[in-house]
Amino acid sequence: MRNRAKFIHRNLLSILIIVATVLIGTSFSPAVSAGNLATDSLRSDLVRVFMFQDYNTRVVVTGTTLLGLAAGLIGTFLVLRKRALLSDTLSHATLPGIALAFILMTLVSGDGKQLLPLIIGAAIFSVLGTLSVLAIQRFSRLKDDAALGIVLSVYFGLGVALMGMATRMDAGNAAGLSSFIYGKTASMLFSDALLIAGTALVAAIACILFFKEFSMVCFDADYGMTQGWPVARLDFLMMALVILVTVIGLQAVGLILVVALLIIPAASARFWTFRLRNMLWLSGAFGALSGFVGSGVSALMANLPAGAVIVLTASLFFIFSMVFGSARGLLHIGMDRLRLGRKIMDENLLRDLFEWSETNPNEGTPGIEISALKHRRSWTQSALKKTIRRLHRQKTINVYSENRVNLSKSGRLAAFEVVRRHRLWETYLITHADVAPGIVDLSADRIEHVLEPELIRQLEEKLEAETKEKLLSSPHTISFTGADGHRTPKMTR
Amino acid sequence: MAHTRKTAGSKKNYTQAQAPLCVKDLTVAYHRKPVLWDIDLTLPEGQLIAVVGPNGAGKSTFIKSVLGLVPRASGAISIYGKSYESQRHLVGYVPQRESVDWDFPVNALDVVAMGLYRQIGWFRPVNKNHRKKALDSLEKVGMANYAYRQISQLSGGQQQRVFLARALAQDARLYFMDEPFAGVDAATERAIISLLKELKSVGKTCVVVHHDLQTVPTYFDHVVLLNMRLVDAGPVETVFNEENLKKTYGGRLTLLTHALNEYAKTPQFPSNTD
Amino acid sequence: MEWTFIDTWIVLVGALSAAACALLGNYLVLRRMSMMGDAISHAVLPGLAIAFLITGSRDSLPMLVGAIIVGVVTTFMIQGIDRLSGLDRGASMGVVFTTLFAIGLILIRQAADHVDLDPSCVLYGAIELTPLDTVELFGQEIPQAAITSGLMLMVNLAFVIVFFKELKITSFDPALATTMGFNANVLHYILMTLVAATTIAAFESVGSILVIAMLIVPGAAAHLMTDRLGWMLIISVVFSVLSAFLGHLSAITIPTWFGFQDTSTAGMMALIAGLLFVVVFLFSPRYGVFSRMVNQFLLGLRIVGDDILGFLYRYHELAPANAAPVPVPEIQNALQTDIPVKVMIWNLRRTGLILRQNGGYTLTPSGKKAGKGLIRSHRLWESYLCNVMGYCNTDVHRHAHQFEHFTDTKLQEELSQVTGNPDYDPHNRKIPM
Repeated sequence: MRNRAKFIHRNLLSILIIVATVLIGTSFSPAVSAGNLATDSLRSDLVRVFMFQDYNTRVVVTGTTLLGLAAGLIGTFLVLRKRALLSDTLSHATLPGIALAFILMTLVSGDGKQLLPLIIGAAIFSVLGTLSVLAIQRFSRLKDDAALGIVLSVYFGLGVALMGMATRMDAGNAAGLSSFIYGKTASMLFSDALLIAGTALVAAIACILFFKEFSMVCFDADYGMTQGWPVARLDFLMMALVILVTVIGLQAVGLILVVALLIIPAASARFWTFRLRNMLWLSGAFGALSGFVGSGVSALMANLPAGAVIVLTASLFFIFSMVFGSARGLLHIGMDRLRLGRKIMDENLLRDLFEWSETNPNEGTPGIEISALKHRRSWTQSALKKTIRRLHRQKTINVYSENRVNLSKSGRLAAFEVVRRHRLWETYLITHADVAPGIVDLSADRIEHVLEPELIRQLEEKLEAETKEKLLSSPHTISFTGADGHRTPKMTR
Repeated sequence: MAHTRKTAGSKKNYTQAQAPLCVKDLTVAYHRKPVLWDIDLTLPEGQLIAVVGPNGAGKSTFIKSVLGLVPRASGAISIYGKSYESQRHLVGYVPQRESVDWDFPVNALDVVAMGLYRQIGWFRPVNKNHRKKALDSLEKVGMANYAYRQISQLSGGQQQRVFLARALAQDARLYFMDEPFAGVDAATERAIISLLKELKSVGKTCVVVHHDLQTVPTYFDHVVLLNMRLVDAGPVETVFNEENLKKTYGGRLTLLTHALNEYAKTPQFPSNTD
Repeated sequence: MEWTFIDTWIVLVGALSAAACALLGNYLVLRRMSMMGDAISHAVLPGLAIAFLITGSRDSLPMLVGAIIVGVVTTFMIQGIDRLSGLDRGASMGVVFTTLFAIGLILIRQAADHVDLDPSCVLYGAIELTPLDTVELFGQEIPQAAITSGLMLMVNLAFVIVFFKELKITSFDPALATTMGFNANVLHYILMTLVAATTIAAFESVGSILVIAMLIVPGAAAHLMTDRLGWMLIISVVFSVLSAFLGHLSAITIPTWFGFQDTSTAGMMALIAGLLFVVVFLFSPRYGVFSRMVNQFLLGLRIVGDDILGFLYRYHELAPANAAPVPVPEIQNALQTDIPVKVMIWNLRRTGLILRQNGGYTLTPSGKKAGKGLIRSHRLWESYLCNVMGYCNTDVHRHAHQFEHFTDTKLQEELSQVTGNPDYDPHNRKIPM
C-alpha cells in the first residue's frame, strides 16, 4: 500500500507532464497545419473529434484506443519474456494466411473479403510461424535471431506470392487486402471496433487472472517448473494472446505497425516503475493513449495515415519516458550519477580536512590553505571550489580569510563518520582480501549493511589498535556500532 | 584399489523408501555430449550435502535433471520414496543467480512471494498473509530491510539471499541449491551457512552445489564427488580425501571420457545379455 | 510458358541482388544479428522518402545517401537504446525500426503528390518491370537495375574479400578481435552501412521482402552445410542465385497449374529460398535433421552387426569345436531385436563375415577376426573399469559393452597399456590377442 502511494506520489508530476504535453500537442499540431484557420473552427474540430460527436470518428477512436490498451497489456509480458521480435515474425507470418483465406473464400463463395475467415487464416499461419521458429531452434544449430529472420522472410515471401495470385484473380476484388499490411484505420467499422473491444476485454481479463503466473514464467520459468506450474502451457497462452492481438490489430494498423503497439508502450512503461503491476497498467495506458491521440490527430488532419500516427505517438511517449522516466529515465539516472559524484567529492574533501586536522591538532589554527588542499588529491580547481562552496552552504566547513578552510563542529562529526567507514573498509580489504576479493558493495553507506556486526567489531578493534591515539582522542564520542545503525530501512537510492 | 560405492549415510542405513533423494542409473546428455553418466546415488536425510566437482562436471545438470528441468536420457529419481512429480511440494530450489534477469521489474518481496505461488494456487493474488510469510523468510536471511527494494539495486550477495528466502518460503523438506556461494560477499556467505545449519537443525536436507573445496569439511556433513560420473559419495570424513579428489579433478580420465563421448552418440538399442 | 530475354534479365537482376545480400547475410547470421537486416530494411523507408521529398525524383544517388544515413542512424539508435535503457536488444530493435517505418509511411504519404511512389513498391519491388528501364552500355541495352545491383555485388564482394580475416575474427570473437587491434565497432558500422546500401540498391528492383529473405536465409542454410567460412560464403551465393532462378521460374509457372495467372517474382524467390533452406535443414550431410536420423539408424545397425559377431565369437569360444551353427532365432533372442538382426545377418553374409551352414550361421575366418577384436575391446574395457577405475562391483559388463563399438586398435593399445597388458579380464575370461 505504502509503496503504491509512493509510486503515485513519485510519478504524479510526470503523469501531469504527460497529460499536459498530450493536450498541448494535440491542440497545437492541427493549429500549425491549419495555419490561418479560425480558432473557433479549430476548437469545434477538436471538440468534434475528442468528444466523439462524429459517429465515424467515435468508432475509430474507440477502436484504436482499445487496441492500444490490449496491445500494451499483453506487450508487457512479451517484452519481459524477451520475445519482442517474435511478435514481428508472427505478424509477418500472417500474410499467407490472409491471402490463402481470401483465395479460398473467393473460390468458394465469390466474396473473399470476409473478416472472420481472413482472421482465422492469419491466426493459423502465425501459429505455424511460431512453431517453425521453435523447430528451427530445436533441431538446428541456428540461433534465435536466424530462426526469427528465416520464418519472417519466407512466410512473408509466401504471403506476397499468394497475394500476387489473389490480385491477379479474375473473380473477387483483392484491392483491400493490402490494408492488412499497412492498416486502414480510418475505414474501421463498428463490427471491427466491437471485435477489438472483445479482444481488449480478453487480454485484460487474462492479464489480471494470470498476473502471478505470467510474471513468474517471465522472471524464472525454471523455478516455475519445479513448483509444478505448467510453464509450457502458460507460455503458449501468452503467445496465443499476442497472436490474438496481432491478428485483430492487423487491419487497424497493419502488420508491421501492430508490432510497434506491442513493443513500444511496454518498453516506455519500464522507464517509470520497478513494479510489474504498475508497469502493466502504465503500458496499457500508454497504448490506449497512443491509440486515442493518434487516431484523433489523423482524424483531424487529412493525409496522415492513422496507423503511422498512432505508432509515432507511442514513440513520442517512449522518447519522453526514456528521458524523464522516474525509475530508469536517463535524466533520473544522470541525476543519480551526478549526486553520487558530488557525494564522493564531498567525502573526499571531508576526509582530507579530517586527516589534516589529525596531524594539526591545535584548535587555534584557522584551517588549511585551499592551495595546500589541492595538492593532497588530484583536484581540479573548479571541482574543489564547487565542493567547498557546497560544503560551506551545508555549514559543514568554515571558510576563513586568506583562503583557509576548516571543518565546522557538525562537519567534524560527519567527517568522522566518513573517515571511520573508509578506514574500516581499508582494514577489511587488507585483512580479508582472500575472502571477498572485490565483490563487496563499497558504495554502501553503512558498512553494517554489508558486513555483519561481529566482523565489524573485530575490524574496529584492529583499527583502534593501529590508530589508537587519533581515533580515541576524537572530540566526539560516537558509538562505533551505531545504536540504530542497520535498523534504518533504506528505501530510496 | 577397488572400493565400494556407498549409498547410505553415516549414522543410519537408509532404505530407499525413506531417503530424501534416490537416483538410479541417471544419464543425461546435452546435444549428444554426455554430461552425466550412470549415476547411482542415495542421499541421507537431515544433512548438509555438498556436490563437488570441476567445471563442466555436470553438478548443476545433476540438480536440474533431478528437478526435471533437463531431460534425462535414462534413469529414475525418487524423492522420499515416491516420484518427484508427486513430491514437488517437499522440494525447494535455489537456481544459479545468473539464471534470471535481475533488471526484472519486481522487488525482493515479490520474488520471495513466488515461493508461495503454488500454495496460493491459480488466479488468486498474493494477499497480506502471503506477504507476511515472505517477509518472515526475508528476515531469516537478514534481508527484511530490503523487502521493497527493486532487485537490480541489490548487491550480488543480497540477490542470492533473496533467492534463498524464496526457497525458504516454500517450506520444503529437501532443498537443492545451485552454487549459492558463487560470487557472494563474506556476510552473505556467513548468512547462508548459518541458514543451512538452522535448516539442518530442524531436520531439513540441503543439497548444495559447491565450488570451494577448502570449505567443504567445515560446512558440510556429506559430500557427492561428481565428474560426469559419480566418483564417490558419503560422509565427508570418509569420502573427502585426496585420492578421491584426484579422481574427481584430474588424471586417468581421458580414456573413459573419450569412450563416454563416443557412447553418447549411440541410439538406444537393446543390449544383449551375457 | 514462354521464356524470353525479359525473363533472363529478371533472373539476372534477381540473382545479382540476391547474391549481394547473401554475402553480407553470412555475417549477420554468424554475428547473431539476423534481425538487424529486417530492422534496417524497414527503417530505410524514411531515408528514401526524405530523399524523394528533397530531390523530387527517384534518382539512385540521393536515395543511396539517404539510406546509408538512416542505416547508420538506425544502428546507432538501436545500440544507444540497448545500452541506455536496459531493454533487451530485441525490444530496442522493435522500438526503433517500427518508429522509423511509421515516419517513413507518413513521409511517403506526403511525398505521394510529387512522386509516383507507394509503400507496396518498397515491399514487393517491381522486378518484373526492371528490364524495361534500360540504359545503353557498351552498345548494349542493359537494365538500370542490373547495373545497380551488379555494382552493389562488386562492392560487397570486395568488402568480404578485403576484410575476410578481420570479419572472420570480429564475427567469431569481438572481444578477442579488439585486444588484437581490430576495431570490431568500425567493421560493425561498415557492415551495417553496406546492409543499408544493399537494401536500397535492391529495393527498387526486388523489394525489401526479398532483401530480408536473401540477407538471412542463404547464409543460414550455408551455415548448416559447412563449418568453413570461405565455403559458407560460396554456398550462400549459390543458394541465392538458385533461389532467384527457381523463384522466377515458379512465379511464372506454378500459379498457372492451379488456373491462376503468374504471381510476384520477389515473393516467389523468397519462398524458394525458404524451401531450399528446408531441404538443407532436413538433408544437410552433417547438420540435417534427416541425415542425423539416418546416421543414427546406420550406427544402430552397425552396433547390431557388431553384437552378432561378438555373440557368435563367444559362442564359438564356449562351445566345442564341432558345435552346430547358431540358428537365427537364437541370435535374435540373444540380442533381443528381430528385424535389425535379420538385416545385419544379410549384410554380414554379403560382406563375407559369416557363413550359412545347416540352417544356422558361423563366423568365417575374417568374421572371427572381427569378433575377436570386439571381444578384446570388451574385456580390456572391463579390466580398465575394474582394475583402474575401481568399478568392479557395478555393472562393468554393460559399460564395456557400450564402449566396445567405439574402440579402435589404437584405443585398444592404450587400454592394454594402462591395464598392464592383462591376459584375463576381471571375470577370468581370456582376453584374445
